[in-house]
Amino acid sequence: MAEVNYKKKKIIEITNVTKAFGAVTAVDDVSLAINRGEFVTLLGPSGCGKTTLLRMIAGFDLPTKGKILLEGTDVTQIPPNKRPINTVFQKYALFPHLTVFGNVAYGLKILRVPNGEKKLKNGSVKQLYRKLTKAEIKAKVERALSVVGLAEYGYRNVTTLSGGQQQRVAIARAIVLEPKVLLLDEPLGALDLKMRKEMQLELKRMHSELGITFIYVTHDQEEALTMSDTIVVMSDGAVQQIGSPKKIYDEPANAFVANFIGESNLLAGNMIADFKVKFLDVVVDCLDKGFAKNESVDVVIRPEDIELIDEEAEKAQMCGEIISSIFKGTYYEMEVVAGGYEFTVQSTNGKEVGSKVGLHVTPNGIHIMKKMRATNEFIGEADGENLVWMCKGDFELDLPEGVEKGDKVKVKVPFDAVELTDDENDGVIGGNVTQSIYKGTYYQVQVYTDTDEDFLVDTSDEWDINDRVGINLRREKVTVEKVEEEEDE
Amino acid sequence: MSEPPLVKARLRRALTFKRSHFSFPYIALCIIFVVVPLGILLGFAFIGPDDTFSFDNFAYFFTHAENIKTMLYSMGVAALTTVICLLLAYPLAMCLANSKINKSVILVLLFVLPMWVNSLLRTYALQNLLIDLFGMQRGFTAALIGLVYDFFPFMLLPLYTTLANMDKSLIEASHDLGASSIATFFKVTLPLSVPGIMSGVLMVFMPTMSTFSVTEIMGGADTYMVGSMINELINGGDWGGSAAFSLILLVLVAGTMALSNLIAKGKGTNEGMGGML
Repeated sequence: MAEVNYKKKKIIEITNVTKAFGAVTAVDDVSLAINRGEFVTLLGPSGCGKTTLLRMIAGFDLPTKGKILLEGTDVTQIPPNKRPINTVFQKYALFPHLTVFGNVAYGLKILRVPNGEKKLKNGSVKQLYRKLTKAEIKAKVERALSVVGLAEYGYRNVTTLSGGQQQRVAIARAIVLEPKVLLLDEPLGALDLKMRKEMQLELKRMHSELGITFIYVTHDQEEALTMSDTIVVMSDGAVQQIGSPKKIYDEPANAFVANFIGESNLLAGNMIADFKVKFLDVVVDCLDKGFAKNESVDVVIRPEDIELIDEEAEKAQMCGEIISSIFKGTYYEMEVVAGGYEFTVQSTNGKEVGSKVGLHVTPNGIHIMKKMRATNEFIGEADGENLVWMCKGDFELDLPEGVEKGDKVKVKVPFDAVELTDDENDGVIGGNVTQSIYKGTYYQVQVYTDTDEDFLVDTSDEWDINDRVGINLRREKVTVEKVEEEEDE
Repeated sequence: MSEPPLVKARLRRALTFKRSHFSFPYIALCIIFVVVPLGILLGFAFIGPDDTFSFDNFAYFFTHAENIKTMLYSMGVAALTTVICLLLAYPLAMCLANSKINKSVILVLLFVLPMWVNSLLRTYALQNLLIDLFGMQRGFTAALIGLVYDFFPFMLLPLYTTLANMDKSLIEASHDLGASSIATFFKVTLPLSVPGIMSGVLMVFMPTMSTFSVTEIMGGADTYMVGSMINELINGGDWGGSAAFSLILLVLVAGTMALSNLIAKGKGTNEGMGGML
């Protein structure tokens, strides 16, 4: 693409930015660089911190920690009205008491442009500023309105416009000031599907016409894939992966990204050697190496990368049975049960439900990801004999020798040591299910506690996202270590 | 022989209960408490000393300079009270509407709480406090304090409602487009709160103009307002005169109301409390 080959200079650098609202950390130590002229999308589920990050770039929220640089200068503490950055708000935020023209001209009427210099008596030079003239404002407003395709709407009252038109006014109002960076906070969220598709193309066109850096926030992965040069996938206030849409789709960095972007078959596997992965009791060739022997990994196979062949064929890696087949316009989407796992397969060749098939995946269709982490680790406090106080709950655990009440301990909880209960009151503490990913033979569930910590749990049961559950620990599988007090105290 | 079906149907229709029948009690209420008293007022106003139709009562009002002076003075006092209330209430309403400063509705309640107590009681309490306890002189200043104290909640409440319901992202949008906090106030917050200001002004100005209890208790002879004038006429048995004065007051107040509605409409915003009056 031509527009990617701009002079690669960073326009925005975010370094170790953290934002906490009281006890909740919305953005957790995020570092990110954005190049001039790029179309960057912050993508993630709601509550992942993407909007908070955008608001910090705009200046509405101040980071608790960290720095934001704009073209090399620190703007972290600079108020929004002093930043050459403009925002298109989620619900447009048009001024209802002004006309379309009045809305677009709002920033121009405040703007002061350089107007020569004046020599002061003491010899120093003072920069003079002036307002824009009426004619200048009119010309700029009309140009901005024609860019968004609302040339004839200047006199209209904004409250009489449709959602899509209001959206365009909001964009015109932001771009008329020729900002260095344009921020868009889920700008298409309130539009219907058809309108949204149209505006996606329009925004893309405006981006290449104006040459302004766009930072776009959305939870819609398809929108992100179609529009962006670079996607920043976020979850739990942290960046999960940064890359081009293709890279993020083809090589997701972890199970969260793979699950969030596009459809995928996610399986738990082991690297038995370089270029060899074992999952569901079959060994398959892959293109990945450098893992420890038998390291457990997550395996992603995209539905379109699975080839359905004859059951007897030599290259069939697994055999399965088709349990459903739906025609989706240009391809069939089929569910195939093989080795106890339900594979989703997309293919232009539909097979009949009930027929036996062989499955084949070429090595480049298999993507291996490191596990996000191997165990849950918490810091707790010994709370009497065989009791550990952590996450605001008293857990019955075996304490090592020499640990006394009040000592700090590190608790290692393997994923299979957690027991979830339907009734919150049956568990020692309660939590919210935030993620549930099927990994071939079990579900990996993420449970957020009320103390804002999270447990990853391997379980054979399926849990619904947003359900309240109770958390118990299997005592025999948990290890507790004493944390040595820091000596420099 | 049975009745013709047409009559039967009509009878049935007349007897069935319709939704519009719900309005009957209110129509009756309206007639008893609004239409009839206004009629009596109108009647008294146009009855001369010899019990015939005449404009004498009006002529009396307009030919005596002190009557017109009192009316103008009342308007002045009402306007001053309104302006003071507005200047005091607006910053307070902004603070109360700001969720960062005010985290609960209880604070708003505290300011509105005096409305729950009868205004006469409150005025006597204020008299005890200011004049008897602190030795303040009865007069214009004391009366003004009494009026502002009495009508302050009526200004605060509509302002607070308008400001609290205002879309906060508009303020952010204004900052985003380069406006400072002061510019944002004059270009966004103030114009959008006009409906609240309008209803606040009406709710303070109109009752202040015709008040007499507060001005008499706190001001005494110094603050002789149109309300006191009408009160004296009634006490003196001059029903015609008092009716005519009341009517003039009514017309004046209605005129102010119409004017301010016109101004509010000119501002273009139809949201908020402006329409409630």
